[in-house]
Amino acid sequence: MNKPVTALQPARFDVAAVRGEFPVLARTIHGHPLVFLDNGASAQRPNAVIAAVDDYERHHHANIHRGVHTLSQEATALYEGARDRIVPFINAHSRAEIVFVRGTTEAINLVAQSYARPLLRAGDEILITHLEHHANIVPWQLVCEQTGATLVVAPIDGKGEVHFDAVVALMSPRTKLLACAHVSNALGTVLPVRRLVAAAKARGIVTLIDGAQAIPHLPVDVQALDCDFYAFSAHKVFGPTGVGVLYGRESVLERMPPWQGGGDMILTVSFTKTTYNALPYKFEAGTPNISGVVGLGAAVDWLATLDLEAAHAHEAELLSYATEVLTDIEGLRVIGTAADKASLVSFVVDGVHPHDLGTILDQDGIAIRTGHHCAMPVMEFFRVPATARASFAFYNTFEEVDRLAASVARARRLFA
Amino acid sequence: MELADLYRDVILDHNRRPRNFGELTPADATIEGFNPLCGDRLTLRLRFGEDRIEDIRFDGAGCAISTASASLMTEAVKGKTRIEALALFERIHRLLTDDAAPVDDDELGKLAALSGVREFPARVKCASLCWHTLAKALQSNQPQAPAAVSTE
Repeated sequence: MNKPVTALQPARFDVAAVRGEFPVLARTIHGHPLVFLDNGASAQRPNAVIAAVDDYERHHHANIHRGVHTLSQEATALYEGARDRIVPFINAHSRAEIVFVRGTTEAINLVAQSYARPLLRAGDEILITHLEHHANIVPWQLVCEQTGATLVVAPIDGKGEVHFDAVVALMSPRTKLLACAHVSNALGTVLPVRRLVAAAKARGIVTLIDGAQAIPHLPVDVQALDCDFYAFSAHKVFGPTGVGVLYGRESVLERMPPWQGGGDMILTVSFTKTTYNALPYKFEAGTPNISGVVGLGAAVDWLATLDLEAAHAHEAELLSYATEVLTDIEGLRVIGTAADKASLVSFVVDGVHPHDLGTILDQDGIAIRTGHHCAMPVMEFFRVPATARASFAFYNTFEEVDRLAASVARARRLFA
Repeated sequence: MELADLYRDVILDHNRRPRNFGELTPADATIEGFNPLCGDRLTLRLRFGEDRIEDIRFDGAGCAISTASASLMTEAVKGKTRIEALALFERIHRLLTDDAAPVDDDELGKLAALSGVREFPARVKCASLCWHTLAKALQSNQPQAPAAVSTE
């Protein structure tokens, strides 16, 4: 992997240069330059990713791990090369720990069905928090139905914070697994995952971190975190949709049975005995999303050319500026005011339903997410049916935040 | 596609001051409508006299389009027979989804204001939720329709 060439970077993050790498940012929507503030749902693609996928589709596609012919070898090299790039990206120990999946949702379901389901018994507990995305709730509910285990939910407070002590208080000898977000998709809260994992580990509890929202905003080091599983999606980090990564500690993955059976995940098959392939292939049945993985590899390569520290600092400034200007709007309430937040602002406006706000902002060329953000328990906690959410990437600008605020103010006038 | 076409004065007014909003007791039919995509929820309560909708009220939480549509709907169908109300449902459904459907202001009255929604495909479900819920209530033979309607 290329190391960031920090010495060549200007002191301040060059937003204009980065924006130039994203063709879609040059678009106009309803006659206005696009302001894309829905990065939490899916980030846009830089030229490097588009070109890598295009090159793969035009020149190198064939099925992987199967052929001795040149194209199959090239495709395999590109696919496995991407895996090699993910290892340093999240500081995994080895490539055996990088399982390609469809996305964070599939990663969590894999762990639920392959790790938790065979292990859990009636009376065991799975510990999550109140701010989880549905993808980190429902797979565990399924496992609970299948095994008789119980889902235990750690509380959040009025700021949308998860308190370390409150989670630890719910850990017991019955707790077999802690599954929590690194960053909340609905609130932006950054969870104290490192301390939580340490506390869980001290009690023999296996840990899964849902990193879908953290991966574009925070440096992720799975060895430092010491978690057993870490899941993320490529499309949140400027890669293609339909592909993601499950990091699993090798010793834990080894103990797990395959989740899905099929081609590629076996060594030998007979009608009496089938032997499974080594890690990570044991968990990659069937032909995978090869071009998606190639795109993810390209995204990781491209990110390595940036000064990510400066990029993240820019995001923090955007967040702080957006919080300030939005809070200044009369009748606007920010939902989720944790001290440690990543790059998003969820909010509601008196007298303007989030969906109306979404339509009005779209007319001004501004894309935000409105709705329950697949986190209905969070909406219920804050007693709102939905929120509007502006989520930033490092290619967003302060001017775009100003346009957001002006458009929100306009919506408020319309409904006044 | 103009914002003013979607948020016409009639829509804004019915959102601000929804008509026939709240409980209805006793009710012959109570039916829930839910749009899981956006979380809009409404409860429709009807009382029938002979075959006519004697009274109809709604409550719930939704966007301006969904609230105004429900408010306008209750005004429009009160006093109508089941068949008349179902015919109106069909008509509004076409109005919301078919760009070629005529907008006859004289005949539709205030309901014509809903025609702006069809320029905003993402919002059609907001406007149609209450109408689907009504159709379900009218088509149900049970006096207490237990089912819920979803526009997803």
